[in-house]
Amino acid sequence: MTGWERFLDTFFNAKVMAKYWPDILHGMWVTIELAMLVVVTGIASGLALALLRAAGIRPLNWLMIFVVDALRALPPLVIIVLIYFGLPSAGLTPSGFVSTWAALALVLMAFSEEIFWAGITAVPRGQWEAARSTGLSYAQALFHVVLPQALRLTIPPLTSRTIAITKGTALGSVVAVSEILGQASSAVSNSYNPSPLILGAAAYLVLFIPVVVAGRWVETRFAWKK
Amino acid sequence: MIEAIGLHKHFGALHVLKGVDLRVADRELVFVIGPSGSGKSTLLRCLNRLETPDAGSIVVDGIDLMHRRTDLNAARRRIGMVFQGFNLYPHMTALGNVTLALRKVAGKGRAEAEALGLAALERVGLRDRAGHTPGQLSGGQQQRVAIARAIALEPRVMLFDEPTSALDPELVGSVLAVMRELREDGMTMVVVSHEMGFARAAADRVVFMDHGQIVEQGPPAAIFEAPQEARTQAFIGQIQRH
Repeated sequence: MTGWERFLDTFFNAKVMAKYWPDILHGMWVTIELAMLVVVTGIASGLALALLRAAGIRPLNWLMIFVVDALRALPPLVIIVLIYFGLPSAGLTPSGFVSTWAALALVLMAFSEEIFWAGITAVPRGQWEAARSTGLSYAQALFHVVLPQALRLTIPPLTSRTIAITKGTALGSVVAVSEILGQASSAVSNSYNPSPLILGAAAYLVLFIPVVVAGRWVETRFAWKK
Repeated sequence: MIEAIGLHKHFGALHVLKGVDLRVADRELVFVIGPSGSGKSTLLRCLNRLETPDAGSIVVDGIDLMHRRTDLNAARRRIGMVFQGFNLYPHMTALGNVTLALRKVAGKGRAEAEALGLAALERVGLRDRAGHTPGQLSGGQQQRVAIARAIALEPRVMLFDEPTSALDPELVGSVLAVMRELREDGMTMVVVSHEMGFARAAADRVVFMDHGQIVEQGPPAAIFEAPQEARTQAFIGQIQRH
């Protein structure tokens, strides 16, 4: 066997790939499911937190800033492991899937709260004043005047942050989630051949390249033009 | 119509209003002038409680704006305000700007709000721009839409905070023309501005403020031609040299 043949046999072993591609495909579905859950719950709760912060209740905001900063400072893997191995001692036994979802949703919540909040504060004070001077309540001014402008400002940074955190679904493999990387890793152990990792990488490319391209389109489309 | 008595306002250590009394009669047009930092804008912004004075009483159209149980949002419907920077909502059309409060505050249905909104835009001569967004309008047109947004709610009082200061000179006239028409319709108006020509022609009274106090007030001719106080004389001299 020449070196080149050995390389192909190791990383592009057709037999191994043929055997394990259904597992990788199954992993893709788990990754998609996990990613969708993280994006929807993370962004929704981040927006809810930012709106709560806009209500301006001081002690609540300090608590919120502390929690958000902690979640942004901790590596996501640490949060996953803390939930997965830590909560059972509190009587809760979340699955690996739930632990990964919860951890990544919390991280996305923290980052998106900061992004939404930055958007809200970036809207000029005159917009609030004009709205309030016509008799709109604080909440009406927020929802009809300030938030629509703030959301437009937040779309580009939110898109790139969401993509970054969604790729963190691969961390679920550490707590036995059978997503792409988890499937690929166990296939490697079972076949004594790393070819399934190449399949896994291909699966990530298939999943995320369209997302990245769409993200770039969204970023240019919503870049603020005056 | 407006009775503001003994207003004090601090911004941190800065004492911006030092016991200001301002009474404005029904259908009166009062001009407030003074150097920057004199407190004239703060006074105006107290009259619809965008600023809360530290002490004093404010009654507008019989509503006590300093009373704890006064519904400020309902009161503000009766007090229109126009800002130096227009502050139009950039994500809405001109008509959307005018109808938002009609729908959300005055509780009008969409059709009625749009009819009233178009009528208000007609009054400022911009009915044909109803579908334009603020970015597609000139500064003068934006300010007229802002006036339409306020008058659509049929306020009893209009407050103008330097409405022409941000405009190119050739666009000032169109805004002043709209203000003159409001005046002719009998609107009670308080105007912070240095448009002396307009003040001379339209104001019933000119109030000169400096360092958080009203220094002198009277008919435009008296204040502009024969001011009594040295500070008024210095200020009038300065702005007339320009």
